[in-house]
Amino acid sequence: MSDLETFRAETRAWLEANCPPEMREPARGEEDIFWGGRNATFQSEAQKAWFEACVAKGYTVPAWPKEYGGAGLNAAEAKVLREEMNRISARPPLSSFGIWMLGPALLHFGTEGQKKRFLSEIARGEIRWCQGYSEPGSGSDLVSMQTFGEDRGDHWVVNGQKIWTSYADKCDWIFCLVRTDKGNKYQGITFMLFDMRTPGVTTKPIKLISGNSPFCETFFDNVAVPKSYGEDVPGFVGEINRGWDVAKYLLGHEREMISGAGGGDRTAGIGAAMLRHAGEIDPLLRAELALFDVDALAYTAMGEKFLDEIKVGKAHPAQPNMMKYVGTELNKRRHELMMSAGGSRSLEWDSEETRGGKPARDWLRTKANSIEGGTSEVMLNVISKRILDLPGA
Amino acid sequence: MALYHNDDQAMLAETASQFMAEEGSIGKQLRHWRDRECKDGFGHALWKQMAEMGFTGILVGEEDGGMGMGHVEAGIVLEEIGRNLTPSPFLTSAVLAATALKHGSADLKGRYLPGLLSGDSVFAVAIDEGAKHRPERIRTRAEKSGNGFRLSGQKDFVIHGASADMLVVAARTSGSDDDADGITLFAVPRDAAGMSHDAVRLVDSSMATHTRFDSVELDGDAVIGEVDGGREVLGAVLMAGRIGAAAEGVGVASGAMDMTVDYLKQRKQFGKLIGEFQALQHRAAHLYSEVEIARAITIKAAQLLDGGSERADLMTSVAKAKVSKAASLAVKEGVQMHGGIGMTDEYDVGLYMKRDRALQEFLGDLYYHADRVAKLSGY
Ligand SMILES: Cc1cc2nc3c(=O)[nH]c(=O)nc-3n(C[C@H](O)[C@H](O)[C@H](O)COP(=O)(O)OP(=O)(O)OC[C@H]3O[C@@H](n4cnc5c(N)ncnc54)[C@H](O)[C@@H]3O)c2cc1C
Ligand SMILES: Cc1cc2nc3c(=O)[nH]c(=O)nc-3n(C[C@H](O)[C@H](O)[C@H](O)COP(=O)(O)OP(=O)(O)OC[C@H]3O[C@@H](n4cnc5c(N)ncnc54)[C@H](O)[C@@H]3O)c2cc1C
Repeated sequence: MSDLETFRAETRAWLEANCPPEMREPARGEEDIFWGGRNATFQSEAQKAWFEACVAKGYTVPAWPKEYGGAGLNAAEAKVLREEMNRISARPPLSSFGIWMLGPALLHFGTEGQKKRFLSEIARGEIRWCQGYSEPGSGSDLVSMQTFGEDRGDHWVVNGQKIWTSYADKCDWIFCLVRTDKGNKYQGITFMLFDMRTPGVTTKPIKLISGNSPFCETFFDNVAVPKSYGEDVPGFVGEINRGWDVAKYLLGHEREMISGAGGGDRTAGIGAAMLRHAGEIDPLLRAELALFDVDALAYTAMGEKFLDEIKVGKAHPAQPNMMKYVGTELNKRRHELMMSAGGSRSLEWDSEETRGGKPARDWLRTKANSIEGGTSEVMLNVISKRILDLPGA
Repeated sequence: MALYHNDDQAMLAETASQFMAEEGSIGKQLRHWRDRECKDGFGHALWKQMAEMGFTGILVGEEDGGMGMGHVEAGIVLEEIGRNLTPSPFLTSAVLAATALKHGSADLKGRYLPGLLSGDSVFAVAIDEGAKHRPERIRTRAEKSGNGFRLSGQKDFVIHGASADMLVVAARTSGSDDDADGITLFAVPRDAAGMSHDAVRLVDSSMATHTRFDSVELDGDAVIGEVDGGREVLGAVLMAGRIGAAAEGVGVASGAMDMTVDYLKQRKQFGKLIGEFQALQHRAAHLYSEVEIARAITIKAAQLLDGGSERADLMTSVAKAKVSKAASLAVKEGVQMHGGIGMTDEYDVGLYMKRDRALQEFLGDLYYHADRVAKLSGY
């Protein structure tokens, strides 16, 4: 047996022994997702057991080095683990902006001290992070942001407002873009890290069309952000005034993550499920489903190709923008079709059968896919300029 | 397997790309033969050159003197054929007929493969009986006669039918028109008595025939594979042809897209390069995404086919359908974004539109394959 085959066999056995049966089906709702953090509570014994087993094995962040709480898997092994988890429909043990966004940025730009402290905390689900990028006047044009940090020697005093901060009211720490030099647009931003309990930080939830309120307006009123949390643990990532580089790098990961979120998976399933439940499909809907499945299955192959190419450095650096654009548009289309397939049942907002209106709420939530992490229009701008090299601004 | 070309494949791609751009270019081949109203629609000299390059033997086993490579490799050559709109019998001969002959007797292989490998022979495949691809229904009949068969019926849109030395014909040896069983494949020489070929030029300047079989006498050794058991061979032939057509379509799409993106960087209106207008940028970026995705699923399906996976059939239909969508978008946007010049015969972009239209119909269009995707997915 090759090393990889051995690894697969071991992984399969480990999952068999450690992944409780209840954790082997897709999450049934928001409450099923475990986000970690200081105030985290488990929904069930199974959720707790699964999470703890994964932490011990480094499987909350399998590809991170062991010294920072990961399992140190190489790309091929990580793929095997993903495949084996998919095979039994195992749920992710931990969902976290720390894993998807801050972690990769720290691995790339962080000091050894920051990695030791923050990455390990993220891997163990101890601190839940939120992302403070957008401001009321700065969404797509993020670099125009105005939240300002005044230099006071060993700390900054931050004033301003962020918006659309996902889960700000439930998070422990924030990674935040703050302008530290008003004279320089791109090279005047610092990427700061601070505790949401710091005096002067307040949040106000924003209710979404889905009825949920996962995100907030976040206000900073004379918030003192330390420049250091101890030896080799700066309170900022990268260099002062060079936070834009970190922000851009992180957005690449965010786009990858969002594009991975369901664009192609669970396809070719809607039509078959509908036939099973209702016994018939309107021919025009069937045609739409078939055309959708063509796009979705093709996109899945693109996702695979993209990951393969990333591993050997063949992918165009702006390729995640394409994946994000197509994946999110597809996911929206998928939920439109699921609403049609469900018919009137999927309109129910609070029934037991729909687990509290999950189909409708999920459908509404997907509309944000092509907005969050950069809109589809902005993705198309990037593809035009960076991949096709078209002229203009 | 990783979804990009390994070193050998990358080398083949480079060779094929260079060869087609030099020898198979639009000016040297498509326009040249079209303007002469060539009755074959392609040049035999180029076909010989393709044989010398080893291309014609890609899908022929090494034991039969071929290269013993797979559909990924055939697709590499086809993508370059598509990009340059190179007219040739590659798809019908080196892909479809070669796949059929894999299932043929040693005798049949010995009779036909050397001509393919040397570029002296051209083959066609006669499946469709009507304007739409419907291989589920086969009416052309071959009745037992002595120790051979007597073939009667009509096949339509047989590409290169009049130029081919041999036609692979799918006929019914038992059962009724819509039965899955009862199909047999035959290798029929073009000039067999009782055959007539009514040749017609298609929109892309290629040539097809309506071929009639009027009690054509065939020897028993014309049979490819098993009598009455041809459906499986036909399935393999169709899959090979579909993934090949998809690969060629990726080339057509890329060729049209590259021309268009290039034009956006050259043409000035309103004092600006038209590529500066966001209305066009967004459409170009969308087009790029669709073409890349079409390329990914085409490689994926070809790999599955080479690996003998049971998902190959589904994914081949996904590929044919996806490429149809992407390529038709590429040629439509290509003509539109070229403005008036895109409508002229002198300019190449319209030629891509014509080739795409022909490829769309070949071995099943978007709707045919989307319908298959639904069926194979259980609805
Ligand atoms: C569910 C959700 C979660 C989010 N989570 C977070 C978070 O955790 N942290 C955070 O900081 N932010 C978060 N965001 C904010 C998100 O990043 C912004 O909403 C996004 O960047 C778009 O900015 P905007 O809403 O200001 O829209 P605008 O920038 O005002 O855009 C409005 C419209 O104009 C279009 N447009 C803008 N500029 C251009 C252009 N140059 N060319 C063409 N069209 C253009 C846009 O595409 C859009 O259609 C979240 C958003 C959502 C919906
Ligand atoms: C069949 C035919 C018949 C014709 N008959 C006549 C006739 O009888 N008399 C006559 O005078 N002319 C005639 N024309 C010319 C016709 O009016 C022009 O072709 C047309 O105005 C487009 O100009 P163009 O071809 O130079 O394209 P361009 O202006 O070069 O445009 C190229 C592409 O860029 C796009 N584009 C250009 N500017 C912008 C912008 N600001 N924003 C977004 N996109 C832009 C266009 O929409 C197009 O897709 C005819 C053309 C055709 C094809």
